[in-house]
Amino acid sequence: MGKVRKGIEVSIAIADAVKQADVDVIAAYPITPQTHIVEHLAEIVAEGELDAEFIPVDSEHSAMSVCCGSAAVGARTFTSTSSQGLALMSEIFFIAAAMRLPMVMALANRSLSGPLSIWNDHTDVMMVRDAGWIHIFTENGQEAYDNTFCAFRISEDPKVMLPVAVNLDGFILTHMIEPIEYEDDELINQYLPKFEMKNALHPDKPVSMGCFAMPEIYTEAQMNREQGVVNSYPRILKAWEEWGNLTGRHYKPIETYRADDAEYCIVTMGSYGETASEVVDTLREQGEKVGLVKIRLWRPFPFEEFRKAVLGKKHLIVIDRAISFGGPGGPVALELRSALYKKKGAPAIVNYIAGLAGRDVSRKDFTNIILEGKKKAASRDTDGFTLYGLRG
Amino acid sequence: MAKPMDQITWQELEIGAVVVEIGNARQYETGSWRSERPIVDKKQCIRCGVCWLFCPDMSIVRASEGHFEANLTYCKGCGICAKECPVGCIKMVSEEE
Repeated sequence: MGKVRKGIEVSIAIADAVKQADVDVIAAYPITPQTHIVEHLAEIVAEGELDAEFIPVDSEHSAMSVCCGSAAVGARTFTSTSSQGLALMSEIFFIAAAMRLPMVMALANRSLSGPLSIWNDHTDVMMVRDAGWIHIFTENGQEAYDNTFCAFRISEDPKVMLPVAVNLDGFILTHMIEPIEYEDDELINQYLPKFEMKNALHPDKPVSMGCFAMPEIYTEAQMNREQGVVNSYPRILKAWEEWGNLTGRHYKPIETYRADDAEYCIVTMGSYGETASEVVDTLREQGEKVGLVKIRLWRPFPFEEFRKAVLGKKHLIVIDRAISFGGPGGPVALELRSALYKKKGAPAIVNYIAGLAGRDVSRKDFTNIILEGKKKAASRDTDGFTLYGLRG
Repeated sequence: MAKPMDQITWQELEIGAVVVEIGNARQYETGSWRSERPIVDKKQCIRCGVCWLFCPDMSIVRASEGHFEANLTYCKGCGICAKECPVGCIKMVSEEE
């Protein structure tokens, strides 16, 4: 078959990737804007194109519970959700990571209620930032398709054994029709061999999972988890490297665009990277020495790579897609300020929160943010955050 | 557990804190939680086994004489046995007495 380039909706491409990954169990509850992913998967299974159990559940809480059960027996497991769905599954979401159960979630990022909104921002994923999952952010459909495979590879790595969320911006990516390069099934099978899980539930070798822990052992269990997430880092790099070798498409935890010789940079996460890179080009033509830094890996956070990319820059303009009420800024800026604290050559951080609940952030808006942010940095107005485009 | 719980290091835990040793809950002696203990009047006991059936911790055992009594290493003193006993032969007695 070889590579095939298709013009296709990103949600459908993700469902096709799940099929190519030959998953065993899919448990999901439809929610906008993730719906097309699970609808298409239901169809694929019903048509007999994929030999898997598609378990229609009564809620997201049940979806994640089913996923934990299937992952516990070593079945390749997929789910997908958004916003309120993620909120409803959050109890079990944390447990999936604590029990170190490999599974992949396509997380179609959407704002949390209230006010009720179905549109895109990052408030849902930030709610579960500390759950212990690996979080990958994607910028376009191709990245979402590719990282579905990489996510399974990472998740099932015996040295990782963690659930992985592939974040993609709701509507902006999920409902976009893009040219996407599909890989050959043979290549996928090579990249993603059959999964054998150590300590899987099996009657021949009984184990207990999800036991309670007294104060005497809880701290040790948390450190075990912390090290699990931290130690997943080199394995994530390896999974991306091998994917790059096979397909020619390479991924890194921190990706930069025209940043090497830039005096200052804008920092984005998710689909905003595409628009931002075009604006960087335009501003470069006008003589602005601006570059772009994109965070692909949110957990484990790539501290060293981030510092390598930005130390020595004059300032950073960080775009957040979520608000932390009464807090010091958006979650990304908060993280980056912390990563740079007391580092030599650390740039000041100007934080904008933009595009909440799908409010459009156009090229013009990026230009405004970059130029206004530069002025703020020059006048040392770098505390807190600015809600971009706020009326009143 | 190869080691008591308060001596295990984080490195020694299985991934996901999976317990691979079967039945090691036995090593966790919940009897220390107890503030009251069940005392069985073995003359009154009709040996029906209702207490054994209802005990949530499987701490009721059958004594060699045929009646039932609590294994105080594990009995948490919840009092369910006393509540359920059809002849009222189990009394909860304060540990301070």
